[in-house]
Amino acid sequence: MKPATINLLLAIVIVLVVASLSLFVVDQRQSAIVFQLGEIVRVDTQPGLKWKIPLVQNVRFFDKRIQTVDVGEAQRFLTSEKKNVLVDAFVKWRIADVKQYYNSVNGDQSAAENRLMQKVNSVMRAELGHYTIHDIVSTQRENIMKALRSQTNADAKNIGVEVIDVRLKRVDFPPEISSAIFSRMEAERKSVANELRATGYAEKETLSAAADKQRQIILADAYRDAQRTKGEGDAKATAIYGAAFSRNPEFFAFYRSLDAYRKSFKGKDDVMVLDPNSDFFKYLKKGAGK
Amino acid sequence: MANDPQWGNRKKGPPDLEEMLRNLNKKLAALLGGKGGGAGGGGAGGPGGVGIGLIIGLVLLVWAGSGFYKVDSNERGVVLRFGKYIETTQPGPHWHLPYPMESVDVINTAQVRTVEVGYRDSIKNQMLQESQMLTDDENIVDVQIAVQYSIKNVTDYLFNNRMPIGMNGTPDDSELVRQIAETSIREVVGKSTINNVLYEGQGQVVQDTTKLMQDLLDRYKTGIQISQVSLQNAQPPQEVQAAFDDAVKAKADEERQKNEGMAYANNVVPRATGEAARLRQQAEGYKQAVIASAQGDASRFRQILVEYNKAPRVTRERMYIDTMQQILASTTKVLVDQKNANNLLYLPLDKLMQNTNPVTVPAPSGAQPAAKPVEQSASSSTSDSEPPLERDRRDRP
Repeated sequence: MKPATINLLLAIVIVLVVASLSLFVVDQRQSAIVFQLGEIVRVDTQPGLKWKIPLVQNVRFFDKRIQTVDVGEAQRFLTSEKKNVLVDAFVKWRIADVKQYYNSVNGDQSAAENRLMQKVNSVMRAELGHYTIHDIVSTQRENIMKALRSQTNADAKNIGVEVIDVRLKRVDFPPEISSAIFSRMEAERKSVANELRATGYAEKETLSAAADKQRQIILADAYRDAQRTKGEGDAKATAIYGAAFSRNPEFFAFYRSLDAYRKSFKGKDDVMVLDPNSDFFKYLKKGAGK
Repeated sequence: MANDPQWGNRKKGPPDLEEMLRNLNKKLAALLGGKGGGAGGGGAGGPGGVGIGLIIGLVLLVWAGSGFYKVDSNERGVVLRFGKYIETTQPGPHWHLPYPMESVDVINTAQVRTVEVGYRDSIKNQMLQESQMLTDDENIVDVQIAVQYSIKNVTDYLFNNRMPIGMNGTPDDSELVRQIAETSIREVVGKSTINNVLYEGQGQVVQDTTKLMQDLLDRYKTGIQISQVSLQNAQPPQEVQAAFDDAVKAKADEERQKNEGMAYANNVVPRATGEAARLRQQAEGYKQAVIASAQGDASRFRQILVEYNKAPRVTRERMYIDTMQQILASTTKVLVDQKNANNLLYLPLDKLMQNTNPVTVPAPSGAQPAAKPVEQSASSSTSDSEPPLERDRRDRP
């Protein structure tokens, strides 16, 4: 009984050891290459439990997800108008052909990334030289990135790598040019500010002048109407006077003169120097008797 | 191969549901029953055998128990069997085959995370290299954005992208999103003018950036969903800030001047309208007054004329004397009897005018002075009705 139990345990242990030596797991995110004495015998790109011959075969795993390489510090490139720009980029890549990848860079990821970076760099240097800064910053940005991707991808095939994308990040002027840009921006803003202020002044003047004009017209119209109305009044009054006074012009002259006298001499400030011979004083001189 | 230290926790959770444990116990007992029974039967002879069987049983139990895990309501579990994706588990308690057969990654899908571009933690903590970018019209702007994202597809998220090395030196999805955010915002700003970025077009910039980012994230099958891109700050660089501020002020000045002009117009025109109305009304009033007084005068004259015609001589005399009385009663008078016209009469008229006191006028030599000092009568003129025309007549231009 006892030896049987021990035997059973022993068998289990042996099975486990053999299994651990001959079984391996390929993760969903990985590809595996099985080597036999340094030679590739099999590539496992599908995930799951796999077999190998213990001791004789060994396995290496490679990440098959998309990876990112950043070029790091922005580098200077010369544009078609011989200006310097600082450009940086990142590359999205993944291992497409793991066998090729292993053979060409010996499975060394940093070697692969270096190669990619160098290629991207040289392609950028060539490509960016064809474009102006404005093209790179704005209009041709996508085309440039497309060209970078396809050219880099063509080269990357040699190392079993697929380049998913090359994306420009910074496209900036070097610091020494930036200050010139700043002063240009400042000048532009100043001209904008001046224009705005001048426009404001012009609008104000236009509005107030229009208002003045309107005012003048309104007043002049009103004056015209007023004069017309007054004239009508005067005409009518004159007609009335004429009709009344022409009945006895001689008496009118007398009547009106008296009225005028009364109005001319009515204050203490009016001094009258009178001759007693005047008609008014005839009784004053003659006395009561005739 | 823990994909992400922050999100994916490989849970070897303690068995927290007793019922499940009991079920499992039964299952295991059935599975190992034959063997265990055999060992137990053999162990009846020696206690050592029972001990070993028990230990093996316990070890197996603990091993099996390591397969329990729990998925919270904001999480999803991704189960791999021998490295191959099997299923995505929903919230609740679960069990997977214990190591090394199955493993599970539990990913938080609800949590919204944020990356900042152009600054870190606080807007004041600016990253100039990141935030300054060129616009379409070759100006430089300072842009700071915050991107919020979550995971929409756990299998894409786990299996398709290796996250770049982040700030803390470990692979980090925020670094991936930041790279994409940076390239996107720069592309969008590069296609916008500085005025669009700083002023009127900000909404468009944000919208375009969001769309571009999502396109890229989908193209790389990252399983990440952008929930929001917010423009934290967009301003001209420090060096030219003053000039831009002044331009903004100039805009305000323009508005102000325009408003001033408007205010002036709004003040002047209605006033002029009012003045015009006054002029017209005055003229109308004048007209009515002139006509009325003419009618009055005419009527008065006609009535007098009727009476005058009845006795012209007497009426004439009376009217004359009445008038003279009125005049002389209210004016300063000097009566000079001047028979000898060759003598010179001296009248200090200026004094008479100044002085209201009675003035003695010295008689000229040789002449019989008939000039008498006359008491000035202060009596006012009789209140003879006067035509109301006086003022208006004077007004007439």
